[in-house]
Amino acid sequence: MKLELQGITKTFGALVANDHIDLEVEPGEIHCLLGENGAGKSTLMNILYGLYQADGGTILLDGTAQHFAGPGDAMRAGIGMVHQHFMLIPVFTVAENVMLGHEQAKLGFLDLPAARAKVREISARFGFDVDPDALVEDLPVGVQQRVEIIKALSRNAQVLVFDEPTAVLTPQETDELMAIMRQLKEAGTAIVFITHKLREVREVADRITVIRLGKVVGEASPTATNSELASLMVGRSVELTVEKSGSVSGGHALTVDHVTVIDARGQVVVDDVSFEVQAGEILAIAGVQGNGQTELTEAILGLEEHVTGGIHLDGLDLRQLSMRKILDAGVGFVPEDRQEDALVPEFTIAENLMLDRSDGEPFVKRGTLQLGYLRSFAADKVKEFDVRTQGIDTLVGRLSGGNQQKVVLARELSRELRLFVAAQPTRGLDVGSIEFVHERIVATRDAGVPVIVISTELDEVVALADRIAVMYRGRIVGIVPGDTPRDVLGLMMAGEVPHGTEVAA
Amino acid sequence: MTGSENTAPESRSARVLREIASGGVALTVLSVILAFVIGGILIAATDPTVQQTAGYFFARPTDMLSAVWQSVSGAYASLFRGGVYDFTAPDFQGGIVSLLSSLNYATPLIAAGLGIAIGFRTGVFNIGGQGQMLIGATAAGWVGFALPLPAGIHLIVAIIAGLLGGMVWAGIVGLLKARTGAHEVIVTIMMNYIALYLLQFLLHTPVLRAPGSQNPQTPAEKPTALLFSVFGPNYDLSFGFVLVVAATIGCWWLLSRSSLGFKLRAVGENPRAARVAGINVNRTIVYAMALSGLLVGLAGVYQVLGQNTTGFGSDIDAGIGFNAITVTLLGRSRPWGVFAAGIVFGILQAGSNTMQVAQGVDIDIVTVIQSIIVLFIAAPPLVRAIFRLPAPGSRPRAARSKKVAEAK
Repeated sequence: MKLELQGITKTFGALVANDHIDLEVEPGEIHCLLGENGAGKSTLMNILYGLYQADGGTILLDGTAQHFAGPGDAMRAGIGMVHQHFMLIPVFTVAENVMLGHEQAKLGFLDLPAARAKVREISARFGFDVDPDALVEDLPVGVQQRVEIIKALSRNAQVLVFDEPTAVLTPQETDELMAIMRQLKEAGTAIVFITHKLREVREVADRITVIRLGKVVGEASPTATNSELASLMVGRSVELTVEKSGSVSGGHALTVDHVTVIDARGQVVVDDVSFEVQAGEILAIAGVQGNGQTELTEAILGLEEHVTGGIHLDGLDLRQLSMRKILDAGVGFVPEDRQEDALVPEFTIAENLMLDRSDGEPFVKRGTLQLGYLRSFAADKVKEFDVRTQGIDTLVGRLSGGNQQKVVLARELSRELRLFVAAQPTRGLDVGSIEFVHERIVATRDAGVPVIVISTELDEVVALADRIAVMYRGRIVGIVPGDTPRDVLGLMMAGEVPHGTEVAA
Repeated sequence: MTGSENTAPESRSARVLREIASGGVALTVLSVILAFVIGGILIAATDPTVQQTAGYFFARPTDMLSAVWQSVSGAYASLFRGGVYDFTAPDFQGGIVSLLSSLNYATPLIAAGLGIAIGFRTGVFNIGGQGQMLIGATAAGWVGFALPLPAGIHLIVAIIAGLLGGMVWAGIVGLLKARTGAHEVIVTIMMNYIALYLLQFLLHTPVLRAPGSQNPQTPAEKPTALLFSVFGPNYDLSFGFVLVVAATIGCWWLLSRSSLGFKLRAVGENPRAARVAGINVNRTIVYAMALSGLLVGLAGVYQVLGQNTTGFGSDIDAGIGFNAITVTLLGRSRPWGVFAAGIVFGILQAGSNTMQVAQGVDIDIVTVIQSIIVLFIAAPPLVRAIFRLPAPGSRPRAARSKKVAEAK
């Protein structure tokens, strides 16, 4: 079945997520949708799957226009989706999951034998080796993904969408998935493969469409080089410039020495990472989302449980300290997920401004909140950081993202700092707020504080960094100077160290 | 990315708790009014005169309407007489007795309700009020009847013993939750059974059973340990009520003015952000449970030293541990809200006795009204629909973050 998307447009408020996107997928073809996080890939596929309604444009299957009111319509039309986060019920068996939503019954009893037979039949056809009676929660992630594929195929999907399917897989499982995709393609399925990983694209894609900021910015063939793909994907959007003088080195401040982090699933997410940050410099940690940056940050802040290696700040062993002590030692932290990790939405601006200082002076004396001091402090900070609000008693949950982030910055930067760590400091912010946040970060550096900025936005990395460490699959690919060309950085984000580039230690 | 990434890992129960706690005062008042309206319908429908006159409603409708008015107004007037002020009494002293007895009924409800509220505000659901009351009552009661101490000191020691009893019983739950992740709802329920059967066992041993008696009942409390009447014998208001007022002020201070309360609320609203802000979430939960149990223990103290002073059995909690949850919901987990809600429930309880005697309306109607209040409070959309109130600006934060997530 041939799939065509014509002029798909979708806006969320002022944000244009998809801007007249055209896409064409032939039967027996793997069409890759390549783009950074937030480029609009998932939105496009959710429109195709009937989860969102497009504001404009048409979906054609074999030349017939389709109108999907929901995923049910899309499935009936022959579209199947393998979500990044599996839509499986862990306590059900494989067969039960496969029949879910399409249960067949005999005399009022579920026809499980038929579902089992179906699972076996599809497994045999593609060599999946999936036991229909296994509980889904007992299966490894890679096999769970196969169950998702079986689910889609059992409903006779002719068009299969894989939404970032490798994000949760180990390298080995990824290779197996690639093989499965090729098999499906040979069976005549049209496949849309969404990813931001260049290696995988080059391996399986027949055609590549690159999306950036909601627009199709180009098509490429799989024979294109990595640097061609990277520069297409990263692009050159609005140049964000920050007034910045040369960094003044003040000697080593933070030393991260052979740090390895193992997550709750037992996967190595940060793999033997070492670097140093000097006082008065910004080290940017670049990389595509999910390559261990989050876990590395959390390890520095004492939020990860299974960490080995050494983390020292001015000789102080941070690994021995609790989060409380690390904050007290002068580490300022802007978490990646502002609403979940940084703020209490039902608290006022004033209360959020003292959230990580609820233990001692100046906000607490003899166990009592110093509300008078807090009010004047909050009023000052709201003015200084230009938080646009009715007043300091406004609930933080009612502020815009940019203003929320200003509250977080105000809180973290109003302490005496010895290290400042900002993760995705401008994610979801408007241009004005981005500028403000960047200025404050540079000002912090200029005050002689070592700064780590973790960002997936190449523009941001280039604008702020004195040095750039690029992470890929939990490792640091290399640490390069802040003026390294973008295409080189793009390549490094894809896990390759380009020849002829000097990699600073 | 898909929207699911931004979905808060907030548990369903925590969200329900927060929604109930954040409902407006107007909604609460309307819920109470609605409950009284429905209660009135029930009173009228079960009234024999109304039933009789309904038989010839189309011949003489006024008969039935006046019968309805008679039954409902009569019932609620006697409720007022019994619960607030007896306007038929010859003097002030006789009239105000009603209110004083309501306040005495309200005392343990408020104490336990404050305890439950501290839990709710920290995001833990303490439904172990029964067990904590039993242990608190046992500890205070034992000190009260067994230890020969001088007046004054005796009362103080007994009260402290009761508070500690409740605190320990709930603190165990907090520790289990913090250390092992055991869910507090299940653990508190089990602790209720342990407390109940432990008490029943002790009541069959000489430790608690009154000497020379075969009944599972303790001896009477010594007079030195009793909660005295504040205004003397003519105006019977227990000193327990003074303690509860102090506890309410204390809770208000704790939650809105203290460092610990700030942490409790932060953990209750967003444990993830609290953790990142350096707050020890597990320790805070243990504190919350211990404080919760301490206040529930106060309710137990009142039961043995103020209410049933002639010795107690295993029913000493009188269901207050559970009714307090209702009071807390009605009071929206705010200290003064709980205080007011406790008094409303005290009035209902005191008034229902008079209502039964004077009007022959069954005492259970009050339980029905209490239940309906909670039903409405737990279902704000229902109340809004009945009164055609606009839906609140339901969480703009979630809406916006979803959009951002969708756009990715």
